Amino acid sequence: MIRFDTVSKAYPGTTRPALNTVSLEILKGEFVFLVGASGSGKSSFLRLILKEETPTKGEIHVLGQHLNSLTNRKVPYFRRNLGVVFQDFRLLPNKTVFDNVAFTLQVIGKSRGFIQEAVPDALKMVGLAGKSNRFPHELSGGEQQRVAIARAVVNKPAILLADEPTGNLDPATSAGIMTLLERINLGGTTVLMATHDAGIVDQMQRRVIELISGQIVRDERQGGYQTQAIPVQSFGTFASTTDSQGISK
Amino acid sequence: MRLGLILGEAGSGLRRNVSMVISVILVTFISLTFVGAAILLQMQIGQMKGYWYDRAQVAVYMCTDVDNTGNCTQAAATQAQIDNVEAQLDSPTLGPFIEKYEFETHDQAYANFQDQFADNPIAAFVTPGDLNESFRVNLVDPTNADVLIESLSGSAGVQAVEDQRGLLDQIFSILNAASYTAIGVAALMLVAAVLLIATTIRLSAFSRRRELGIMRLVGASNRFIQTPFILEGVFASLIGSVMAGAAILAIVKFFVQGYLSTSLGATTTLVGVSDAIVVVPILIVVGAALAAASAGVAISRYLKV
Repeated sequence: MIRFDTVSKAYPGTTRPALNTVSLEILKGEFVFLVGASGSGKSSFLRLILKEETPTKGEIHVLGQHLNSLTNRKVPYFRRNLGVVFQDFRLLPNKTVFDNVAFTLQVIGKSRGFIQEAVPDALKMVGLAGKSNRFPHELSGGEQQRVAIARAVVNKPAILLADEPTGNLDPATSAGIMTLLERINLGGTTVLMATHDAGIVDQMQRRVIELISGQIVRDERQGGYQTQAIPVQSFGTFASTTDSQGISK
Repeated sequence: MRLGLILGEAGSGLRRNVSMVISVILVTFISLTFVGAAILLQMQIGQMKGYWYDRAQVAVYMCTDVDNTGNCTQAAATQAQIDNVEAQLDSPTLGPFIEKYEFETHDQAYANFQDQFADNPIAAFVTPGDLNESFRVNLVDPTNADVLIESLSGSAGVQAVEDQRGLLDQIFSILNAASYTAIGVAALMLVAAVLLIATTIRLSAFSRRRELGIMRLVGASNRFIQTPFILEGVFASLIGSVMAGAAILAIVKFFVQGYLSTSLGATTTLVGVSDAIVVVPILIVVGAALAAASAGVAISRYLKV
């Protein structure tokens, strides 16, 4: 579903790469937490999956597409298979809840009939069925994030990327959002969530990938925010050394 | 659905940016009016060339008592010399080039002179003897004037052989200079228009960067994203072009046909409304194409993935 093969990303003018020889694979239907301090490369990781950036080195495959060789013209069509949620919601303030969700479908050319069916479904799924005519500023933060999630999943994407979706929300509201993401995951959507929220990670007990300075230092099934098992040190580097040994033999 | 959405986006962009759109309209209007004026001037020159070159004659001036230029020695051309020139004009060497010729006597020249300079005090001082007798030669092909000039300049009693097209060329070069000036001004104004359109589109894109960000994120195609902006630029400049077209029509109708043609009389042909109608679509196409190109370049920055 998502495969990184010794991927490095260095931004121009910096000596330290944002991601350093990262290799991993995320399978269909997984729920993955991406943890690490600010500047550890979580956002770069998500941006690489979206092909907002191209890797300096290494290969990225997402949904069977080789992103390195994906042409600019095809990127929009590739992104239609991904849903994205942000910490700051990114709703359009002058559009109603319904229109915010419908906007996604309008701009990719879906028919009016499809929109009339899909948008209420998505709003119902996130629990905002009765608020489709409200404007974003009339909603609470949790509700706004639900609108953003409805917008991300209305086109039934195979992968949902969430960049600190609970970063602006209180714990109770966050729990509601997590329940929602879990439900989306149960529907078959792969969820990849970058977060700082230790409580959520500890409670959910899902796969945890920890980044420090652009390197994967832990990749744990059913992990917590802080490691409890013996960490898989430098998973990415380890994998690449075995690879290169294999080739040299 | 999609068309309506795209038009709606373009419309809201235009509304949000009214002052910039008005300045785009005005700048395109002025610049394209200059372009149109330059084209009309070129058409005018073409028409005048066609008109005058057909009428342009080669004049063979014979000496008078007071001339000492050319082959003259302050003695009037004798009848024998005149007959000699006439014989040359009729000869098999020059004859084929000549359509017809007339001989203008002192008295005819005097009458023409009095007629042309009726309001001028100089008319009172000139006597028929001061004015050259001349052959007025119409050529089959006016560009062959050199043949006549070469063969007759050396003849006795000939003061000068003059190709009147030389006089016309001076007028044309003045008109040409005017039209190049118009083109130069138009080019500068068009550069300003293109930059202004680009700036307007950037502003418009900037004010909609949230929408653009979300569109890119959810996978709206580049064409879908850029079309409203291009339409916005094209629409603004189309209004300017149409205004320029109307201005050109008005200039031709009221200034050229209304004022110039009465004040110049029937001395020359002038461009007409039918010529202006040819210019209008050129202006509209130029305006729309430039706007589309500059808006497309301006928005391309927002399409980078």
